[in-house]
Amino acid sequence: MGVGALDEPGIEPVISLRGVRAELGSRPVLRGIDLTVARGEVVALLGANGSGKSTAIRTIIGQVPVSAGDIELFGTDRRRFRDWARVGYVPQRTTAAGGVPATVTEIVSSGRLSRARFGVLRKADHAAVRRALELVGMADRAKDSVNALSGGQHQRVLIARALASEPQLLIMDEPMAGVDLASQEVLAQTLREQVAQGTTVLLVLHELGPLEPLIDRAVVLRDGCVLHDGPPPQAVGQHALPGHDHVHPHENEPLRTGLLS
Amino acid sequence: MDFLDYAFMQRALLAAVLVGITAPAIGIYLVQRRQALMGDGIGHVAMTGVGLGFLLSASPVWMATLTSVLGAVLMELIRWYGRTRGDIALAMLFYGGMAGGVMFINLAPGGSNANLTSYLFGSLSTVSESDVTAICLLAGFVVLVTLGLRRQLFAVSQDEEFARVTGLPVRALNLLTAVTAAVTVTVAMRVVGLLLVSALMVVPVAAAQQLSRSFAATFAIAVAIGVSVTIGGTITSYYQDVPPGATIVLLTIAAFMALTALAAPLARRRARAAAAGQPAGDPAECAIPASREADGTVGV
Repeated sequence: MGVGALDEPGIEPVISLRGVRAELGSRPVLRGIDLTVARGEVVALLGANGSGKSTAIRTIIGQVPVSAGDIELFGTDRRRFRDWARVGYVPQRTTAAGGVPATVTEIVSSGRLSRARFGVLRKADHAAVRRALELVGMADRAKDSVNALSGGQHQRVLIARALASEPQLLIMDEPMAGVDLASQEVLAQTLREQVAQGTTVLLVLHELGPLEPLIDRAVVLRDGCVLHDGPPPQAVGQHALPGHDHVHPHENEPLRTGLLS
Repeated sequence: MDFLDYAFMQRALLAAVLVGITAPAIGIYLVQRRQALMGDGIGHVAMTGVGLGFLLSASPVWMATLTSVLGAVLMELIRWYGRTRGDIALAMLFYGGMAGGVMFINLAPGGSNANLTSYLFGSLSTVSESDVTAICLLAGFVVLVTLGLRRQLFAVSQDEEFARVTGLPVRALNLLTAVTAAVTVTVAMRVVGLLLVSALMVVPVAAAQQLSRSFAATFAIAVAIGVSVTIGGTITSYYQDVPPGATIVLLTIAAFMALTALAAPLARRRARAAAAGQPAGDPAECAIPASREADGTVGV
């Protein structure tokens, strides 16, 4: 049921899902998923709309209840896991804004709460928020209202919020959706730096796009089951559609973002 | 300033200031989570408490606090579990609460809907000594929660799913928000009235948004507006002999319209300043390339 090399002793998985089932209403969305992400790995969850990839991610963070199976984070049962500062999460959003105006700094500071005791942010916490903003190239917009930002900048704010706790594991749900080209490159660069520092990444993607060179392994879901677990596939879902014929960049090739232009 | 000579006006003004602070302070989180009308629902449920207070000869303020807190907790539970039929359940809760209030007050000895009117629309002369004590205690609780837990409440109200992954006790914070909103309703009940209280939770926040870019500034401006209109409305109500709740709400809406009119040119100037500060490669407006403009002039 495992995925080969990753189940070998000595490599502690950061994320481990075994036989996970989940329903939304009465409709089964996950029908026994196995997924292991080892330390330092970058794993992409791929699949068509409705294949269960977002649900899979949301079971890991506890947003969607599981009807069967085990989930472990850093070797701890998810229900007993409390060390949330080690996890940075980027939910699927088109906007970082809420019903009331908020500045970029105010939003990103929320991400630091997992490290702040009683919600009090100290000097070191404010410094970490600033660093997170620099990582995504938004430091100059720190005091601006998020309402004044473009779609790609919203996504950069959401990623900075996840990075503010200096996590060892990044979980991202479609971080590239609705992101302009310039922001895509910034995000790919940010992610590259995180991965270089040893951060483990699990991300839902609709298409591999500019992140492809970073991805170690792809897990493809279909109808709530794992269809493929291994090297990034050549063409799945949207990629296989006619009119989507871009050349896949390979290692050492320059970053390619043309498919979205 | 002769209105300060009367004990009932001193009590009414104190209550009004506390309402002006607390209603926008919790309201901002409700607006942020896009539950602006939650206060209205709680106000309906609180009517049952007022009715029970009359029926059982207990303090209507404390009974209203009790029922509105229970109602708010129930609303939060419905939000968790009853996803599909949630709105129907809420409708039953609201109108059941209102009907219960009317029923209980008519069952009370010597009670009639006339007793209910001052609770529905607010009244200055009826704020009693014991009401003031209750209002002060409850307002203290609301201020403590909305300021003391502002970062946690901000995070949960901004993005519940994300807040869960920061390890915040999301359900407890949601319940606390609901309970605090319920308490605020009963704080505001005597001055503004149950049917108008929601306006004071929402409109000052909406007015503040016209001027502010940050959450902190929105909070401060909303509370400043809240205190101004409650004091202004209470004094106007005294001199003109008009109902305080209606006066306060109309003043709040006037403040909203004034600030909106004021904000439009301000926003334009801000946009111009932002455009001027933009790097050349990223113009805020579509500019005609210089060469083509030159061509055009030649053509004419």
